[in-house]
Amino acid sequence: MKIIACIKRVPATDAQAKIDASASSLDTSSFQYMTSFYDEIAVEEAVKTKESHGGEVTILTLGPAEASKEVRECIAKGADAGVILTDDDWQARDCRSTAKALAAKIQELGADIVFCGKVATDRDNAAVGPMLATYLGWACVTDACELELNGSTGTAKRATEAGLESVSFSLPAVITCDKGLNEPRYAGLKGIMAAKKKPLDETAPQAEESHAKVVSLETPAPRPEGKIIGEGAAAVEDLIQALRNEAKVL
Amino acid sequence: MSKAILFIEHAGGELRRASLECLGAALSAGLDVTAVVMGPGADAAASALSTSGANAICHLTGADTWSPDRAAADLATLAKESGASAFLAAATATGKDVAPRVAAHLDSTLFSDITSLDASTGSLRTTRPWLAGKVIATCESASEVFCATTRPNAFSAPEGGGSAEVSERAASADCKASVTEVSAKEGGKLDVQEASVVVAGGRGLQEAEHFSLVEGLADAFGGAAAVGASRAIVDAGWRPHSEQVGQTGKVVSPNLYIAVGISGAIQHLAGMRTSKTIVAINKDADAPIFKVADYGIVGDAFEVVPALTEAIAKVQAEA
Repeated sequence: MKIIACIKRVPATDAQAKIDASASSLDTSSFQYMTSFYDEIAVEEAVKTKESHGGEVTILTLGPAEASKEVRECIAKGADAGVILTDDDWQARDCRSTAKALAAKIQELGADIVFCGKVATDRDNAAVGPMLATYLGWACVTDACELELNGSTGTAKRATEAGLESVSFSLPAVITCDKGLNEPRYAGLKGIMAAKKKPLDETAPQAEESHAKVVSLETPAPRPEGKIIGEGAAAVEDLIQALRNEAKVL
Repeated sequence: MSKAILFIEHAGGELRRASLECLGAALSAGLDVTAVVMGPGADAAASALSTSGANAICHLTGADTWSPDRAAADLATLAKESGASAFLAAATATGKDVAPRVAAHLDSTLFSDITSLDASTGSLRTTRPWLAGKVIATCESASEVFCATTRPNAFSAPEGGGSAEVSERAASADCKASVTEVSAKEGGKLDVQEASVVVAGGRGLQEAEHFSLVEGLADAFGGAAAVGASRAIVDAGWRPHSEQVGQTGKVVSPNLYIAVGISGAIQHLAGMRTSKTIVAINKDADAPIFKVADYGIVGDAFEVVPALTEAIAKVQAEA
C-alpha cells in the first residue's frame, strides 16, 4: 500500500501572536515551530496502516526548507521517506494553491491513501484535505475518529453535532484525522538516528497564485477588565444580579 | 445583485439555526440568495425557507443517502449554472465537510469560519480568526466565486418574509463516499459550538466524577446550555474531544460562558474569549482565566457551583 501523510509546520500553540509593521502579515521572529497537532495523528494513522496492511509511508509537506526538522521527526516515528515542496513564501499560500500543489505531487508519487490532519492550528481553515481529494477526484472522509480498511474499501466514523456518522468509501481516499483516532507514538532513539540520515526529496511546488488576499491583520481588542464579584457561595447572589441587570444574559 | 448559492442544513425538515445565520449573513451583504436543501425532510425545509427572506429555493431530490462529495458536486454545478459569485454554508461539521469540496470544484479559495461579511467596498470582504482567534484576518478573494463558511453565533438569522419559489431538480447519482448510519447523541444534547450557554469544567474539579457538577449547572439552564471541557480533562479521558474548547478543540462564542476550575491556558482562552459574557469560578485568585472573565468568583467549585445551580434553576423557574 502506498501511504502518504501530509503535515504542516505551524507555530507552537502557546505562541503569542504579533503583527508586523505591514499590518498584513505576522511577525514570526519569536515563533517556535512544530508539526500541527492533528497532523501528528495523521502520521500515526499512516504508520499504523503500514504496520497492519504493509507498504510504505511518505511524509509530504509544503513549507520552508526548515520544515525538514518536522519531516524528520515524523520519519523517526516510522515513516519511510520525506518530500518537501519548498516554498519560501509558504506563509502567503492559501488552501487552494496548497491543495493543488499537493495534489500534483501526490499524482506524481502515486498513493492508495492520504492522511491529513483535520485542520492546521495556524490558519484554522480545515480545507486542504477535502480540496486535495476533490482535485484528485478521490473519496474523502473529514474529521475521522475511527477508521477501518478492508482491501479497496473502508469505513470511518466522524463526529457531527447530530451524532457519530459512519461513512463507507472506496480507495483511493483522503482521510483527515481528528483527535481520538489514535494516540501518536514517541520516536525512539533508533528512529531518530535513522531519520537524520534519510535523504529528503526537496522540490519546488507547482506555481500557483494565492487567491486569498489578506487586507489586514489585527489582534483582537483585549476584553474589558473584569471584576471579582466575591468569594465562595456567598458571591452567587451578586453574580446572578450582575448577569441579570448588567450583562443581561439571564 | 450578485448571486449566491447557499447550502442550507436541516434535521428532518427543521432548519438549523447555524444555516439560518448563514442566510442572514448573505442577505445582509445584499446577495441574491438561492438556498439549496436536500435529504429526508427537504420538502418541509424548502417550504419553511420560502418565507425566510431567501430569493429562491432549490430542492435537490433523490439525495436521501448523505454523500458529501455528491452534495458538493451538485452545489458546484448549481453555482456554475447560475453564474453565482458566492457560495456559503454554515461552519458546522457537515458544512465544513462540503464547502472545501465545492470551492475546489469551482477552483476557488475558501474562507472557513468567517465572522463578518461586508459588500460595501464593492467586493465581498470578510474577517476570520487565525491561530484560534489570537489574530483576526480581514480578507478578500481573488477567485471567481467567493466561498466561505459562516461561524455559528457570529451572524443573526434573517427576520424572514417574502415568498420565494421552490424549484426541484434531481441530485446526481455518482458518489464516492456515503453515510450508512448516524448514531444520535444521547438525549439530543446540544453541541458546544451551537449552544447559547456553555458551562465548561477543568482540572480544578480534581476527579472525573465531579464533572457532574458542571453537567448539573448546564441542566439548570433548561436545555439552552452545553457542557465544555479543558484540554487537560479531555486528555485525562474524563470527557470526549467533541466537548474540548480551545486551540486544539472547538472555538465557541456563546452568550454566556461559565468556566469552572479552569486556570485559563492561552490555548483555552483562544477558544472562548469571543464569548459575550464570561464567568470564572476558580480557587486561585491569580488564575489567568480571571483576566478575561467579566465576573469572577474566587472559591471552591464544590461549594460555589451547587449554590449557582440552585440560583439559576430559580431564575429559570421564574422566567
